[in-house]
Amino acid sequence: MSLWVDKHRPRSLDELHYHEGLSARLRALAASGDFPHMLFYGPSGGGKKTRIECTLLELFGKGVEKLKIDQRVFMTPSRRKLDVNIVQSNYHIEITPSEVGTYDRVVIQEILKEIAQTQQVDLSAKQRFKVVVIHEADSLTRDAQAALRRTMEKYMSNMRIILCSNSTSKLIAPIRSRCLLMRVAAPDADEMQTVLDYVARREGFAIPEDTAREIVADANGNLRKALLVLEALKMQNTDLESSALTIAKPDWETYCYKVADMIVQEQTPARIMEVRAKLYELLTHCIPASVVIKTIADGVVEKVDESLKADIMHWAAIYEARMRIGNKKIFHLEAWVVKVMSLYKHFFYGIDMDGFDDC
Amino acid sequence: MSFFQPHVAKASQKHTLGPEHQPWVEKYRPKTIDDVSAQEHTVAVLRKTLTSTNLPHMLFYGPPGTGKTSTILALSRQLFGPDNFRSRVLELNASDERGISIVREKIKNFARQTPRAQAVASDGKTYPCPPYKIVILDEADSMTQDAQAALRRIMENYARITRFCLVCNYVTRIIEPLASRCSKFRFKPLDPSSTSSRLSQIAVAERIPVTDEVISALISTSQGDLRRSITYLQSASRLSMSTSPPSDITPSDIQEIAGVVPDAVIQDFAAALGIDVLSDAAMDVDDTAKPKVKGFDGVRKKVREIIREGYSASQIISQLHDVIIEHPILNARQKSRCALAFAEVDKALCDGADEELWILEAGLRVHKAVS
Repeated sequence: MSLWVDKHRPRSLDELHYHEGLSARLRALAASGDFPHMLFYGPSGGGKKTRIECTLLELFGKGVEKLKIDQRVFMTPSRRKLDVNIVQSNYHIEITPSEVGTYDRVVIQEILKEIAQTQQVDLSAKQRFKVVVIHEADSLTRDAQAALRRTMEKYMSNMRIILCSNSTSKLIAPIRSRCLLMRVAAPDADEMQTVLDYVARREGFAIPEDTAREIVADANGNLRKALLVLEALKMQNTDLESSALTIAKPDWETYCYKVADMIVQEQTPARIMEVRAKLYELLTHCIPASVVIKTIADGVVEKVDESLKADIMHWAAIYEARMRIGNKKIFHLEAWVVKVMSLYKHFFYGIDMDGFDDC
Repeated sequence: MSFFQPHVAKASQKHTLGPEHQPWVEKYRPKTIDDVSAQEHTVAVLRKTLTSTNLPHMLFYGPPGTGKTSTILALSRQLFGPDNFRSRVLELNASDERGISIVREKIKNFARQTPRAQAVASDGKTYPCPPYKIVILDEADSMTQDAQAALRRIMENYARITRFCLVCNYVTRIIEPLASRCSKFRFKPLDPSSTSSRLSQIAVAERIPVTDEVISALISTSQGDLRRSITYLQSASRLSMSTSPPSDITPSDIQEIAGVVPDAVIQDFAAALGIDVLSDAAMDVDDTAKPKVKGFDGVRKKVREIIREGYSASQIISQLHDVIIEHPILNARQKSRCALAFAEVDKALCDGADEELWILEAGLRVHKAVS
């Protein structure tokens, strides 16, 4: 019994529901025998991975579905051992090099060289090359990306690379210029509704119009989330009447909104201590700090005066960026909270802030 | 002592093993230095070295896709010919391990070998084959400081029998002592005319119909990077060939492949930020858009839409920047405020900050600056 997300995941390019143009393009590329390196990018839950799998199926046939999971050990130059999980079939190999952090370069070099230097031995294979799928390519380090550059050109006859990432901003230009870019946009509301209807039909029930619309609005373009919510709702309440339903927000989200409320209600040192405890709570539950700051900022912005909104977002952006460079997330979260409180208070008492802005 | 040879051998074997599916970038890599596009000065200097067979240490630098690697590969092939190429040239790039230990062992070992006797060229041509070897360090700016420092003395000690060629994008990342040992060659971005002649040459060789508009779209998206424009051309031709019946390549195909955000989207975003858009079509859009929510919520809504479409943040910023800087009505003060905002956003994005937050930040600051 698998989740609906997996159960009804399209297996071939023909089953995909939206972005017809993209599917046609992928099919054509797979058929042409002249397959380039590719870079799939787009927001999460938009169907990047599904499209990659479908393309692989189109390229190699059923053989790619026979997956085996391997654990490989790599050795860094400083003799440290790295364990990496690899998913592979006879025709392709999937890696997530960002798992090993700063040592991803070693993994990239080793694996690509190994694949590149062995030719396809299976004579019945449809293509002469193997495919390397690199997930989360945007978290590759500079070094690893540099290592990819020449390899991508040199070993083109034996290997193709498919990169999968959320944005292209963090990939260096030489990599981008070597790949065919494939933008996978998030589905729009109608397309998501179609997919929800389709899944519901396959499961043998119908979704009321209102419920579907609510789920779509809540998911914000993330189809995976929409399907998970749909399944959860179905489990809670079998007839899916929209009046009786509330889409359960994840705990951390409500928690973040609570923090936002606290910030707006009262601006005192004592309140900062309380907020701090809550922030720690969120962080210890492995909610990424940038998600925390974004959600709280969203919550705060809802409740304050128009003229303050831009400033609050401005400081959220600044502290979020500092958080990435810095080491200890909690400092920056707290600094932002204090900043917001002082902004709010100054606004209330009408004190001119211009003199303080720069410091 | 030939443990480096398998690598070199394989590398050159790969180059010759060319099925028809080779990327055009490799297929049309210049065979001789005279084929190199648009770098007249560098080529003129290097041509002299072919006749005099004396070569200084060299440092090639310049933006990607301007022919640095191609030039040195073509030069060494012309110097040594295919048979001696393997034993005389060591090519290392960032995909090879290049820490300090490799510099000490592999490079040093290669550098101190006496060059082997010249093998008789199998293709009947005569090559100058001067009595030294060449070490090509591609992408040298990704070598560590220590590794570069270790090269210093090696370069001097074996200068008689080994010449080094460093290839990099940013000359500032090469430590000063190394840079001063080399004669520097700057590769400039290709001018539109040589890019276009090269592209049409390839188009003719591959027998694909290409219009002038497509070529100009390629040039404008690739910004002087020849490799990028060739790759785009190849991808576009793949796409057009594989549909049935084969369709012609259009400029919008090129834009989609290049990951450029369509102008309409950018204009729309600019309108939401309160910038008057110029073209007539956009004017109409702007008029109808007037009653929409302006201010913070309007901007935020627009940003969310754009992020959902999956466009890359840096691309949006750079295109929005173009719109604003070339805008005829905004005054200098407004433009400079916007430019300041873009600079900060770009820095933050490079540091890996959250895209949605920072696009929103850019939007809000531009909104504030122009209102």
